[in-house]
Amino acid sequence: MTAMTTMSGMTPADGVDTRSHAWIHARIMLRRNLRHLQRYPSLTLMVMLMPLVFLLLFVYVFGGTLGSGLGSGTPVGVHGGRQAYAAYVAPAIIVMAVAAAAQGTAIAVAQDMTEGIIARFRTMAVVRSSVLTGHVVAAAIQTMVGVTVVTLAAIGVGFRPHANVAEWFAAIGVVLLLTFAITWLCVGLGLSAKSVETASNSPMFLMLLPFLSSGFVPTDSLPTGMRWFSEYEPFTPVNETLRGLLTGTEIGDNLVISLAWCIGVAVLSYAWSRRLYEREPKAG
Amino acid sequence: MTIPPQNSAAAAANPAPANPAPANPAPANPASANLSAANPAPAISARGLRKSFGAKTVLDGIDLTVPAGTISALLGPNGAGKTTAVHLLTTYLRPDAGDIRIAGHDPAKNPQAVRRAIGVTGQFSAVDGYLTGRENLMLMADLHLLPRAVGRRRVEDLLARFELTEAAGKAAATYSGGMKRKLDLAMTLVGDPKVIFLDEPTTGLDPRSRRVMWGIIRALAAEGTTILLTTQYLEEADQLAHRVAVLEEGRIVAEGTPAELKKRIPGGHIELTFADRAELEAAATILASTGRDDDTLTLQLAGDGRIGTLRTLLRQLDDASVEVEALAVHTPDLDDVFFALTGQKGA
Repeated sequence: MTAMTTMSGMTPADGVDTRSHAWIHARIMLRRNLRHLQRYPSLTLMVMLMPLVFLLLFVYVFGGTLGSGLGSGTPVGVHGGRQAYAAYVAPAIIVMAVAAAAQGTAIAVAQDMTEGIIARFRTMAVVRSSVLTGHVVAAAIQTMVGVTVVTLAAIGVGFRPHANVAEWFAAIGVVLLLTFAITWLCVGLGLSAKSVETASNSPMFLMLLPFLSSGFVPTDSLPTGMRWFSEYEPFTPVNETLRGLLTGTEIGDNLVISLAWCIGVAVLSYAWSRRLYEREPKAG
Repeated sequence: MTIPPQNSAAAAANPAPANPAPANPAPANPASANLSAANPAPAISARGLRKSFGAKTVLDGIDLTVPAGTISALLGPNGAGKTTAVHLLTTYLRPDAGDIRIAGHDPAKNPQAVRRAIGVTGQFSAVDGYLTGRENLMLMADLHLLPRAVGRRRVEDLLARFELTEAAGKAAATYSGGMKRKLDLAMTLVGDPKVIFLDEPTTGLDPRSRRVMWGIIRALAAEGTTILLTTQYLEEADQLAHRVAVLEEGRIVAEGTPAELKKRIPGGHIELTFADRAELEAAATILASTGRDDDTLTLQLAGDGRIGTLRTLLRQLDDASVEVEALAVHTPDLDDVFFALTGQKGA
């Protein structure tokens, strides 16, 4: 069934129009998902811990050496060493926090789909999209909390952003957009997974891609083939945009490329997820 | 299946065979004779319902009619198609063919109108394990767009009615099977549905919880709710339903009142066990046995467990001075219904 037939099934007889139905149901589902996060904090902690561990590992273990090797990517006003690397790697850790949280979302969605309550929603006059909207908005809130924690930790280990208010807002905007793109993608992965285990494994590439971007080392230090991949994969422009907004490096056309990637992935993943959710469930 | 209001003339329209063990039970000819009766519009009706999953045909053209305010049961073993039938009737799945009306609405055209009229308790627990019992119920109240105060009152009423008030603050995942089932049904009732579907409502429950669930179902019907339930147990159908349809391999092989169905079943018999071969021989000469097993020293006799039957039997044995070691009355169960109605080997 398409969204339209679902919608047209809503008659005004209830005294509430379709749009507010969708809104009310989405809010109810959001509250349900937030309660899940609150009752099952270990998943949130796990996905938050991963970027924190990487931050500490890269700054304290590799940072001294890597920082000295930074060439063109060195943030403005910092010269070499561990502190330079902390500043360099911070945007990548933020991006990684988004990817890690989205992995948690894929797991949560896959797990939820195995619950009988979803079958119940399908036989109730509930606006279909509200279930997914609840997941995505809850995930976005969870992600922003994670990003805040990671950013504060980065500052704690020597990251010194010097963005003005407008740049901070722009950076938050980019992170939010990235969050919606990756989260919808992971909702799709969670819905298409045959099991919760699959759902926890399939978004792994999202954790790997930041390593192959400009986030950890400048792309011009990479061998040719890898450099080509690195320059064109979506995490590089997002990284460069965040780095530029937060530490004042050159942004160039990276902002536009980032927006195109994020909006493209978000729209396609949204359509894919809706289709997966609205297809006829399997028997049993 | 047609479930006319009690006391209607349906039994006459489709009389049970006088012979308790028809060699070839009448094929299901559901509904048509009764549909034309001057009953009000049925709460549930389905004609020619078909559903296949891949190459496997799960429902092969079934007809169902459930008049408003009655309980009917779909009786059948695992894999007969009971759950699929419920899925089709409740808009969870779409039929490959067939026409459905639920409370006057066509799910193919207006699924949301059907969903607003029905309540469904599936076979597998449909509660949110992370939420408490009360939160699960409030979730339902919110989704039904009940005003906060009304929702709260209904939730507390249901918690009290289902004896869940004490556990209302605990996560549903920690509930026992029986409590989950009750919470599940309570959630179904929050929206005050006119038509309720219960898929194996007591499977997996202990005997006490089963009795409690039966009481709840009867009370709902007494309030005028239409109920279609599925079960694997003849006893349950017998206890609860006005009419029963027996489903086997996607077809309805018989339908009628529980009494009508049981009359068709030859499975009821009496089994006598003797101490030795001589006693068995002696008994076999005076009784019309339907089966004999020399190894276990048992005789089987046709008959039910009525006191009169047993008294006559024991008197016969006494008169012939035959000692019986044990006597067992075997009442018809679902296997017997099945074997009898589908013409397979008797129990």
